[in-house]
Amino acid sequence: MGNMKLNLKIWRQKGPKDTGAMKTYPVNDVSEDMSFLEMLDVLNDNLVRKNEEPIAFDHDCREGICGSCSLFINGEPHGPGRGITTCQLHMRKFKDGDTIHVEPWRSAAFPVIKDLAVDRSAFDRIQAAGGFISVNTNGNLVDGNALPIPKVDADTAFDAATCIGCGACVATCPNGSAMLFVSAKVSQLSLLPQGRPEAKERVLNMVEQMDKEGFGNCSNTGACEVECPKGISLEHIARMNREYMVAGVTKK
Amino acid sequence: MARSALLGSSLAKKYWMALTGLFLSIFLIAHLAGNLQLLDMSPDGQLKFNEYAKFMTTFPLVKIVSYVLYASILFHAFDGILLAIQNRKARPVRYVHEKSSANRTWYSGQMALLGTLIMVFIVLHMKAFWYEMHWGELGMDSNGNKDLYTLVAVTFTQLWYVVVYVISMAVLAFHLLHGFSSAFQSLGANHPRYTPVIKSVGVFFAVIVPIFFALIPVWMFINA
Repeated sequence: MGNMKLNLKIWRQKGPKDTGAMKTYPVNDVSEDMSFLEMLDVLNDNLVRKNEEPIAFDHDCREGICGSCSLFINGEPHGPGRGITTCQLHMRKFKDGDTIHVEPWRSAAFPVIKDLAVDRSAFDRIQAAGGFISVNTNGNLVDGNALPIPKVDADTAFDAATCIGCGACVATCPNGSAMLFVSAKVSQLSLLPQGRPEAKERVLNMVEQMDKEGFGNCSNTGACEVECPKGISLEHIARMNREYMVAGVTKK
Repeated sequence: MARSALLGSSLAKKYWMALTGLFLSIFLIAHLAGNLQLLDMSPDGQLKFNEYAKFMTTFPLVKIVSYVLYASILFHAFDGILLAIQNRKARPVRYVHEKSSANRTWYSGQMALLGTLIMVFIVLHMKAFWYEMHWGELGMDSNGNKDLYTLVAVTFTQLWYVVVYVISMAVLAFHLLHGFSSAFQSLGANHPRYTPVIKSVGVFFAVIVPIFFALIPVWMFINA
């Protein structure tokens, strides 16, 4: 086993209505090859053995693609390191004896369910408000490859589509804004011909839902772009701003 | 829907923030160009400046633009406060440990605070000169114009006033350092070819304009 000793300060909250507080946990025998989640597994294993309540945190694929693992580690979403989720963060990023703060995403729109797990269904509702295209499913499908799409547009749409909806953008934004997420979902579709027929409605509806959910306003600090595990660019936010303005002015 | 898209929504507030901000930036250039005349501290410079001040307060077109300016300042401030309140509400529970230096400049996260300080300066500045010019008891120069020049020159013999002006211009510099290029992003102007240019112009603007503004009180204090 490993030989790192760490001092963890972790947010504990029994349920949505509990006020919660930071609690300190020493962890021994941490290997630098462990992922951050594996280190928490070790801690939880110890807690269960001692008949204590294990720490609730979200995780699923553990290979950086599902967007489940959240965790605000040492003041940054997914901790130090760029272009990674928490499951891709390894303990070699830390030093023996370090104190590590672990908090849940903080946003009015992401209420804490328990400990470090938050409810991110606000993103699902934004997606449902317009993040789709309507297609025939009666057998008269148009072959996608029959539509010519400029290479640059296809690539940019794909870049936007790599958003895994983890919520790091909201977590790190000083304003708790969801603009990077929403703009990625808007861009992904609006750049492609299949997404154009519903483009105006889409951007208006998704932004309306975003505002309803209680996310903050973008002030272009660029923090989201830095912390995004998928490197989603601010250029998508600008595209959404353009699309929304045009849609707002011209929609009948 | 379309109505709220251009007035009430989060994005609409940003558009208006950007538009008023850019208008105020243009005003800064005009204001600076006019006030640099104050650097000429000869009796001739005094008369010229007073002539200019008279023109700026009486010419109808300038008056119309000045009303738009007052409205823009108030709207920019009001909208900014509204946005700041909403943004605070969006994170009711703060982080215990937050490392904001990892991903953003300190001033980009403090636009509301910097803006508030600028507003305090504007009130002070307008009370000192604008109010006096319009409703105060000003002497006349030899051409029979209100002698705003002497009021400015006397005001800037007070060290604390000069210090307040210089500090305020530093605050303005940081506000512009983020605000200028941010306005373009808010309006959707982001392009790999032009955005680097906008950012460079923004930095140049944010540094040069406040420096020249600050130079005026310092110059007048030294040469008094």
